[in-house]
Amino acid sequence: MSVILIAGETGQQGVTQQTLELVTAARSLAGDGGEVIAVFTGAQDAVAPALPADSVYLLKHEALGEKDSGTFDAATDVLSALASELDPDIILFARTDRGSVVAPRLAMRLRSAFARDCVAAAWDAGDVIVTRPVHGGNANARFRLAGKGPCVVMFRPGAHDAGAHDAGAHDPASSTTSSPELRNFDPAPHIRESRSKLLRTGQEQKEGVRLEDAEVVVSGGRGLGGPEPFTQLAELADLLGGAVGASRAACDAGWIDHSHQVGLTGKSVSPRLYLSFGISGASQHMAGCSSSRNIVAVNTDADASIFGDARFGVVGDWEKVLPAFISAVRDIS
Amino acid sequence: MRIAVCAKQVPDPDIPPSQFKLSSSGRAVEPPRNVSPVINGFDLNAVEAAVRIKESADSDTEITVISVGHGFALDVMKRALATGADRLVLVDDPSAQDLDAAGTAQVLAATLSMHGPFDLVLCGRQASDWDQAHVPLFVAELMDIPCVTVARRIDIDGASATVERVVPDGYQVVEVALPALVTVSNELGEPRYPALKGIMAASRKQPEVHKLDELGLTDEQIAPMVELISLEIPQRQGRAEMIDGADDAEKGRNLAIRLRHERLI
Ligand SMILES: Cc1cc2nc3c(=O)[nH]c(=O)nc-3n(C[C@H](O)[C@H](O)[C@H](O)COP(=O)(O)OP(=O)(O)OC[C@H]3O[C@@H](n4cnc5c(N)ncnc54)[C@H](O)[C@@H]3O)c2cc1C
Ligand SMILES: Nc1ncnc2c1ncn2[C@@H]1O[C@H](COP(=O)(O)O)[C@@H](O)[C@H]1O
Repeated sequence: MSVILIAGETGQQGVTQQTLELVTAARSLAGDGGEVIAVFTGAQDAVAPALPADSVYLLKHEALGEKDSGTFDAATDVLSALASELDPDIILFARTDRGSVVAPRLAMRLRSAFARDCVAAAWDAGDVIVTRPVHGGNANARFRLAGKGPCVVMFRPGAHDAGAHDAGAHDPASSTTSSPELRNFDPAPHIRESRSKLLRTGQEQKEGVRLEDAEVVVSGGRGLGGPEPFTQLAELADLLGGAVGASRAACDAGWIDHSHQVGLTGKSVSPRLYLSFGISGASQHMAGCSSSRNIVAVNTDADASIFGDARFGVVGDWEKVLPAFISAVRDIS
Repeated sequence: MRIAVCAKQVPDPDIPPSQFKLSSSGRAVEPPRNVSPVINGFDLNAVEAAVRIKESADSDTEITVISVGHGFALDVMKRALATGADRLVLVDDPSAQDLDAAGTAQVLAATLSMHGPFDLVLCGRQASDWDQAHVPLFVAELMDIPCVTVARRIDIDGASATVERVVPDGYQVVEVALPALVTVSNELGEPRYPALKGIMAASRKQPEVHKLDELGLTDEQIAPMVELISLEIPQRQGRAEMIDGADDAEKGRNLAIRLRHERLI
């Protein structure tokens, strides 16, 4: 049994999906009789969210939250101080913008072992063993995390089920399924003077389904040859209630905004259906979509790598295949 | 102004997945034969960012490129000099291969302080070999300077930098006090190609080379905490079910019918 500290995050709809995924991971790493503690920095609410955690910290300070974004110095200061006090066995983060900055800094400050973008973690003879994709997704590596103090593990979004704990995985009699104990910790003494200032935030205007949540993703790559075809992809996405994705090559060419990029350095998606047009299937692209349940590839090159990852393939020119596909979809539905 | 760019030599990531091989020990990657290593792509973006600052600055700007590794291909690393960097510092040591991210960060921080002080340290957002994306944050922490990640634009304004960083649904503009570390992403734009004049000038320059034990680090500081146990090439789906048709348009229609049959649309 172990003590697991979760660095949670809240969004407009309260506790984020990724945080719930961390709770699932934490319960399994904590083991029977273990303790799961969640800490939220810059949370809006004063009420502990209903989480299958044993205790929750809601740390509020004017330097935390939105104001801190950019360098996340205050969150790093506060989480390091709390982690030193609690001395957990493992500290868990999700691979979010904030997690990607705070987790490594925290690990170095505590001189702890750190692993990023993990898809699995388990105890092995007193050490934590993690699995994470490396070399752009061409290989999966297992690492042993040694060193003193807590180890810091950051999980890839989607690595765990967000709702598994509702299904009775956690014994409700042994602890608190819905109302964790609210604990106090004063962040103020630990926050150093900020060395950065957030001047402005630019939001990409988005309508419809969020790419990360979409059940259908329609993606285009360099093979589309220009920005216009993305209008057709958007039309198809609309028709199927999905969202538009893209390869990095298409984003770099300026055909579509980078916020649509799927892949290792873009978004991770795992829709029911991933339709790709003119994408070759580089491992760094597949790293963001290989957990999709059904991948469909349309590509002129019969030897394109993506046909090895797809369930259905069409060797053909998107310019002919796509319009016919769209009109057939209209006829069917 | 003094700028340092941390740049790593990596195997070329632009190989088809079918050419990706593990060594017989199963614990290392076997770079494909006849494919030269490259400077990590995002590090070339970082060099480009530095050169743009140099071009826009009124005062003198000096760019020092620092790399830690072993078995350097000098012509590959000199690309940074050929596109506008002034100095190349290599920590070239067989035991650099045993470093983990924290150890690499210790070595980089020690090298930065040996050749410093620098007003700005630039890194790539991540290295395409181990996809760690955390060496720069470790370095910033060791140097106790702020770190702004995933930059697509950097403007210097006296004692501070204004950085546009890419976030999942847009961007942020952050002002940060110097000295600072900034990691650079491909959204900054294509790195320039070396011009003949640059290549000639670079060929005359020699790197400054250090061994690990010149840096004054203790064994404890660079002892690895993260140990690789195994590597495995993941299973792929196999060959897709190919949808046929008399022409491409018919294949498109047949695809819709097939997906409908599977209740996927
Ligand atoms: C560290 C790192 C991180 C990266 N992160 C990402 C990432 O997050 N996301 C990402 O996507 N990439 C990423 N990449 C880049 C990746 O390696 C590939 O370069 C990129 O995915 C290629 O995009 P593409 O498939 O659109 O282009 P290409 O590889 O050029 O493929 C274009 C395809 O279109 C086909 N085609 C051409 N004409 C037609 C036509 N008329 N009809 C149908 N098909 C046609 C061609 O046969 C070809 O297969 C990363 C790379 C590195 C090194
Ligand atoms: N051995 C190294 N030598 C020089 N720079 C490095 C080295 N390792 C990492 N870096 C820098 O840190 C960035 C991120 O690397 P990583 O954390 O390994 O993904 C790289 O893009 C480089 O800028």
